[in-house]
Amino acid sequence: MSLYSEKVMDHFRNPRNVGVIEDADGVGEVGNAKCGDIMKMYIKVENDILVDVKFETFGCGSAIASSSMATEMIKGKPLKEALLLTNKAVTETLDGLPAHKLHCSVLAEEAVQAAVRDYYQRNNIPYDEKDFPALDHAHDTHGEDGQ
Amino acid sequence: MKVYADNAATTRMRASALAAYAEAAENYYGNPSSLHSDGQEAKSLLEECREQIATLLGAKPKEILFTSGGSEADNQAILSAAHLGKLKGKTKIVSTAIEHHAVLHTLSKLKREGFDVVLLPVGTDGIVKLSDLERALDDNTCLVSVMFANNEIGTIQPVEEIGKLCRERKILFHTDAVQAVGHTEVNVEKIGCDYLALSAHKFGGPKGVGALYTRQGAPLYPLIEGGAQERGKRAGTEDLPAIKAMAVAMNEAVETLPETQKKLTYLRNKLIAGLEKVPHCALNGDRDRRLPGNVSFCFEGIEGESLLLLLDDKGISASSGSACTSGSLDPSHVLLAIGRVHDVAHGSLRLTLGPDNTEEEIDYMIQEVPKVVGYLRNMSPVWRDLQQGKRQYIL
Repeated sequence: MSLYSEKVMDHFRNPRNVGVIEDADGVGEVGNAKCGDIMKMYIKVENDILVDVKFETFGCGSAIASSSMATEMIKGKPLKEALLLTNKAVTETLDGLPAHKLHCSVLAEEAVQAAVRDYYQRNNIPYDEKDFPALDHAHDTHGEDGQ
Repeated sequence: MKVYADNAATTRMRASALAAYAEAAENYYGNPSSLHSDGQEAKSLLEECREQIATLLGAKPKEILFTSGGSEADNQAILSAAHLGKLKGKTKIVSTAIEHHAVLHTLSKLKREGFDVVLLPVGTDGIVKLSDLERALDDNTCLVSVMFANNEIGTIQPVEEIGKLCRERKILFHTDAVQAVGHTEVNVEKIGCDYLALSAHKFGGPKGVGALYTRQGAPLYPLIEGGAQERGKRAGTEDLPAIKAMAVAMNEAVETLPETQKKLTYLRNKLIAGLEKVPHCALNGDRDRRLPGNVSFCFEGIEGESLLLLLDDKGISASSGSACTSGSLDPSHVLLAIGRVHDVAHGSLRLTLGPDNTEEEIDYMIQEVPKVVGYLRNMSPVWRDLQQGKRQYIL
């Protein structure tokens, strides 16, 4: 199908870092089943470095590809750097997404931030809400009755 | 293996129709409106096609109007009946929640213009209740529009009974039979409808051509102005090769109907039985009162678009009513109308069979679909929650 780029299809067909980290240091879940996409991100942190990242996604091809790409982009990076990951960067690295699928990359950005914030909260590490811009708006309220 | 299982979207052209198309395009290039013999030969062929299609539907030739397809036919029928209704001061139209958008969007337009549009619900079986319809009909009703068979879940509506109710009350009755013609018996006298829309590419004819049956005496106004073609009801030079191919395809579909129905019903039931073994899934629509080639399921815990993409990788062409495949946030209005909640409706799969499908292909789908569903469930946080009891199964 030509709806998606080769890169999206590659990450969709061969998703990187799929699965669960049972003893995760942080877990972020965004989206909702009613809207048709949920992303769950698990992180393992050592010395402020994301030593492991895994994801589970319920959603369309671009949602799975976006999660896969996001995990690849943040794995091995310092936490602060992971928080700088934008949906734009995910989309660009995937060689683009159709306009009506851009929200999938937004979801990936949100999932990463949600997982990191969860890590901070679990460990009572003080943080600035401004470092989690994607979590300002609640994705999971969109499309309650459609538009 | 390559399996085309999206015959409700469109079909491969029948070899006979393709040959007829080429033959007509080569030899009957004259304009049917021209006076010379090239034109008149084309005109004769056009009228032969009209007669053949009329006969296959149990109609008179002059009751058949050629259109660009089912959508145009639906639009013209509804707008014509509404126009007359308005002149008579009757502005209520009764239809159902599961109609095709060609009907629903036309009705929305009329609603904005002041018509009282009532969309009847359907049961979880995907079939409209006659008692609901009967209650909705009143002296102000100018039109009833109920599809013959649903395009997503294949359910067959009680059109003959609906036709009877409408005739008793002298209310015009339109039926969108796009999914039914060539797939089940369709006869306008038996149905008792005033309008019936059909589309050639759903039964092995070409795309871009269809027909509207309008009972003699029922109102019909042109959507396209500019010529005397089609007795002034549709301007524009007729696409004769397409019309000829449609007539050939329809004739073949109707002639072979008993054997095709028998074969497809067997294949459909086998496919349904095979897919039902997947845990936490459900068949959409009534098990028996459905088109012989329609299989529609919801699988809990997964999303339809990713399912379609992976099936495509396996060579299987299918379709889904998930939001992601419709380009909107909401899943199919049909699945919601039969009571599937959003979470589950996103995980729908439609496999629609045609005469070319084989039992080997059915076996292949029974083998591959559950694998793909299982693979996607394995990476789904929803499925994990369901399995761990953090979320209640719906199916």
